[in-house]
Amino acid sequence: MLEVTTTHYLVLSFVLFAIGLFGIAARKNMITVLMSIELVLNSVNINLIAFSFQHSDLTGQIFAIFTITVAAGEAAVGLGILIAYFRLRESTSLDQATDLNG
Amino acid sequence: MEALVAHGPAILFYVFAALAVVSALGVVTLRNPMYGAICLLMTFLSVAVLFLLRQAEFLAMVQIFVYGGGIMVLFLFVIMLINLHRLPDIKMFAGQSPVVAVFAVVLIGFFGYVFLHAQLGTVAAHAAGAPAGQSLGNPQDVAMSLYRDNLLPFEIASLFLLVAMIGAVVLGRRQ
Amino acid sequence: MKDLLWLIPVLPFLGALLNGFLLRGRIGKKAVGWIACGTVGLAAALALVLIGGYLVSRQPFEQDLYVWMPGGALHTTVGGVQNFTVGMGFLLDALSCVMLFVVTFVGFWIHVYSIGYMAHEEGFQRFFTYLNLFMGAMLLLVLGNNYAVMFVGWEGVGLCSYLLIGFYYKEEFPPYAGRKAFITNRVGDFAFVLGLFALISTFGTLKYSALFPQIAAHRSLMEGHFVLSLSLASFIALALFIGATGKSAQIPLFVWLPDAMAGPTPVSALIHAATMVTAGVYMVTRSNVIYQLAPGISLVVATVGAATALFAGTIGIAQYDIKKVLAYSTVSQLGYMFLAAGVGAYSAAIFHLMTHAFFKALLFLGSGSVIHAMGGEQDMRKMGGLRKYLPVTFWTFLVGTLAISGVPLFAGFFSKDQILGAAAGHGNWVLYVMGLLTAALTACYMFRALYLTFHGDFRGTHEQEHHLHESPPAMAWPLRVLAVGAVVSGWIGIPAAMTFEAVDLNYFDRWLRPVLVEIPGLQNPEHHPLSFELILITASIAAAGFGIWIAWRIWGRRGLAGEEAVVARVPAAHRVLENKYYVDELYDATVIRGFWATARALFRFDSGFIDGFLVNGARNVTVYAFSLGSGLFDKYVVDGLVNLTGRLLSGFSRGFRRLQTGYVANYALVLALGMFALIVVYYIVLRRG
Repeated sequence: MLEVTTTHYLVLSFVLFAIGLFGIAARKNMITVLMSIELVLNSVNINLIAFSFQHSDLTGQIFAIFTITVAAGEAAVGLGILIAYFRLRESTSLDQATDLNG
Repeated sequence: MEALVAHGPAILFYVFAALAVVSALGVVTLRNPMYGAICLLMTFLSVAVLFLLRQAEFLAMVQIFVYGGGIMVLFLFVIMLINLHRLPDIKMFAGQSPVVAVFAVVLIGFFGYVFLHAQLGTVAAHAAGAPAGQSLGNPQDVAMSLYRDNLLPFEIASLFLLVAMIGAVVLGRRQ
Repeated sequence: MKDLLWLIPVLPFLGALLNGFLLRGRIGKKAVGWIACGTVGLAAALALVLIGGYLVSRQPFEQDLYVWMPGGALHTTVGGVQNFTVGMGFLLDALSCVMLFVVTFVGFWIHVYSIGYMAHEEGFQRFFTYLNLFMGAMLLLVLGNNYAVMFVGWEGVGLCSYLLIGFYYKEEFPPYAGRKAFITNRVGDFAFVLGLFALISTFGTLKYSALFPQIAAHRSLMEGHFVLSLSLASFIALALFIGATGKSAQIPLFVWLPDAMAGPTPVSALIHAATMVTAGVYMVTRSNVIYQLAPGISLVVATVGAATALFAGTIGIAQYDIKKVLAYSTVSQLGYMFLAAGVGAYSAAIFHLMTHAFFKALLFLGSGSVIHAMGGEQDMRKMGGLRKYLPVTFWTFLVGTLAISGVPLFAGFFSKDQILGAAAGHGNWVLYVMGLLTAALTACYMFRALYLTFHGDFRGTHEQEHHLHESPPAMAWPLRVLAVGAVVSGWIGIPAAMTFEAVDLNYFDRWLRPVLVEIPGLQNPEHHPLSFELILITASIAAAGFGIWIAWRIWGRRGLAGEEAVVARVPAAHRVLENKYYVDELYDATVIRGFWATARALFRFDSGFIDGFLVNGARNVTVYAFSLGSGLFDKYVVDGLVNLTGRLLSGFSRGFRRLQTGYVANYALVLALGMFALIVVYYIVLRRG
């Protein structure tokens, strides 16, 4: 228990992943949902780093860099969509964003 | 004192891990998105420290710069733009939140079980990167790997950023 | 030469084939006449040659040509199981010689006459085809050596009678008369065939030369009980005789003969006077062995004959159509023949057949000549005084009338006297008296016809008077020839009594003797004293004279006025006679209507019940069931499937539509759940593996 192994990191990453999943699926506020997405991506990075250290392989870290890149790009676009939607509907509640219903 | 030094990494891990979890919870449970954004920032910083504990210095810095300095700023700007002082949201959570909560717990449980029983082997002798004695330090190693072995993905990533930028600009335009 | 016997019937058939099929519509009237008369003439010549041969040899000649019906095993009463065959063959004996002579000779002259008579008629070739066909069939009848060939001829002449009676088929009455003749004949033929069947089942053969000796040998079998309290011989005799009443127009099946006058006059002369109607008499004579063994039925034959003779005579005296008078006269004279056959005087019957052929044909052809001159008129009330316009016709008609009346020296006298003599000689006084009365009546009505037609003043129209002319040679010469025959033919049968038993000049009787089967033990007729015979002869002459005198008194002197005076005296009786005792009406009301009603009822049953109920009912049920079934099937199964498909789809889609909430969070959750499920599966597989 005192020795911090890869397993600790993995568990942590999954806890954060679960929390982030909760935020995506259970929150009505669009901004909170987007932030939860960032949280999820972050937890993945933790996982990658842990394994990179485990195997003394830099591939994990390189992968994590790209993940961060993608997360940034995705956050930008997602926020752009949100702004466009907000301009249209004057609301950021997911409850009202059910145009695809049916 | 020796105990502290000896177990330093473990203590650091637990402290910042807990911090990360708590602030993550804060992100998903706080009503005001502004508060949530601050919590998210806390999470990012905690995670950066955790990266450091795993000798991924470059990545920790990237995490702070990009996530904390870029994405969070972006979030804060958008939150301010949206002008959310009118928040009559009675319900914070969606109708399916119980299901999701249960699922999240199950998820943790399952994967916890998996990881606890996984044979992961011992930690490597040396740090990630060049073999012992040859490492120039993490950023240099990362750079070497990035610009030599993974050049193509790097370029593609830059293209991706370009596309994302164009998309964001287009989406953000007022008609 | 004898071997050419088969050629005699074949020649007229050949003529019919040429005129009817091969050269139909292709040759002119002259050629048609030559072919028709030529074939018959050749047949007649050949017949004379063969008769001459028989005259010399007195040997019957039988010619078997081929096996017609091979038949098979048949159980017979006398011989156990035998092989029954029917062959085609001809027999030339005394009886067939007489018939052959009559048929070919008289037939030939009538053919010649027809060339003149039918010269202006349409269907000239058709007429001669039918006439030749008739000759062939009649010759088959008389020359056949077994009952089957006779029956072929029997039916064949019936067919030709139908064809020729209905010759003027475009009018309404002739076809009806033809049908009437044929159907009435068929009624008789039904009984005839039953008689043949009895012969076949008893003896297993129909050939005369094989059958008659066997019949004579099995006398007790023939006289033994057969059916309906009749002996076997009686049954056969009766069955055959019923056929004869049809063919020879006796009571009760005579009704067709007067209506048969609708055919052309030569047809009436040939078929309904000289030949076809005499087939019944020929048949009875040929079967004399059977009739000798059935005395009861023979008596019936004689009685029917006598009754018919008297009956027809009374009708003849009240008829105005000259052909009808002659028709009833024919029926009457045929009655005489059956009277003779019935009392056992078969040779007398055939003798009268021969003389009758001559004078009746003569009378018919003469009447044809009159009708021809009158432009088609047949009613004697419109005639009169024709003797100066048609001398040849008148003189020959007179000869015929004298012959039929039984005036001495003419043919009829000898033959009729023989019949009456036979009747009296066998002790059948009732029949004798009937015959005598008929003789008087015959003379009376025949002279009535003569006087009304040829004497007195002409009662027709002016155009008819202008049209009056004697017949052409083609018609006149046959009249002359037949007139000679009407006189001469009687001279070969002069009874012994007339020569006061000095010389037996009755050649005819001796000629025909071999045909009559002598059955041992059967009572032979008694020989009567000369005085008895002489009294009978005197009585005959007296009766004839009386009849002529009455005729002279009423019609000869006063013509039609005399007729009217008599009619005025007994109007009711006259009406009955003129309407032929309403026999046709009686038949129509009973038998014919009965048949029609039955036929209609059966038809109604067939169309109403069988067709209507059963067939249509079955159809309706089937159609209804199928339509119902298919309707239900369509509604519930087919539509059901369709609807089911629709409902399934809509159900599914409703279900699946619920997935599309439009709520992103839902999609995220489902995504996560799906991902998790995959991982779990992967983990499990990994663990196991």
